[in-house]
Amino acid sequence: MTLRLADVEVGTELPEQVSRVTRADLVRYAGASGDLNVIHWNERVAREVGLPGVIAHGMLTAGIAVRAVTRWVGDPGAVVDYQVRFSRPVVVPDDDTGAELTVRGRVAQVGEDGRVRVDLTVTSGGEKVLSLARAVVALG
Amino acid sequence: MALDAGLVGRSYPPSAVYEVGREKIAEFATALGDPDPVYRDPAAARAAGHPDVIAPPTFAIVLSLGAGNVVVEDPEVGIDYSRVVHGEQRFTHHRPVRAGDRLVATATIDAVRSVAGNDMLTTRVDLATEDGEPVCTTRSMLVARGTA
Repeated sequence: MTLRLADVEVGTELPEQVSRVTRADLVRYAGASGDLNVIHWNERVAREVGLPGVIAHGMLTAGIAVRAVTRWVGDPGAVVDYQVRFSRPVVVPDDDTGAELTVRGRVAQVGEDGRVRVDLTVTSGGEKVLSLARAVVALG
Repeated sequence: MALDAGLVGRSYPPSAVYEVGREKIAEFATALGDPDPVYRDPAAARAAGHPDVIAPPTFAIVLSLGAGNVVVEDPEVGIDYSRVVHGEQRFTHHRPVRAGDRLVATATIDAVRSVAGNDMLTTRVDLATEDGEPVCTTRSMLVARGTA
């Protein structure tokens, strides 16, 4: 069921989305995306370049975050613009639990042309990992 | 060494055609942990008004990563990739990427800046069908730490 323009107003909150990212997820994303950067799977190299450990691909975090929007809208094809700034790495521990990602969203703008801007707040362990995370959806 | 402002506007030859496959879209959606049937089931995608399964909003990164490499590897750009982190990413969709699309990626240098000792390089990749229909514009900002 696709969300309608009449159903949203500035300030509308999206359902909170909580997910987990494990090392296995990083391997899977590396294969699917073709981003084989070593810092996403090799602890030794990640530390050598000054990182606290293996970190999630920024684009994996961004891809998980926008799910909160596509699920809310009901049609991923409605997303016409999506931007993120990677402000802090998501460190993924070498265990079965991984890192937690919490995504909250709020409607920031409703245009007469049916374009709705949703601002996302994405945190891991209480710290903001994306800033300027915004999706624009075109609603009928 | 700071990046040369004269690089702004430099464009690279179009990539070879990339054919978007249903299985690749499904694999990418699975890697994001996203079970939405519109990424996997053509009937569900048609019910949502699409001609075939569509790709998640960030799928275009698969193509823009490759196309953006021509910029990073350009010796005249001279960016030190060992110091590079992904700073920002944006996708502007003219329509969803979908299975069966035959896409060509064209990279252009959109901006170079040096701030607080860091070089910032913004690359735009225009994705269009081989017939020239615009599909998606991606903008990637890379930060080379301590090189400016």
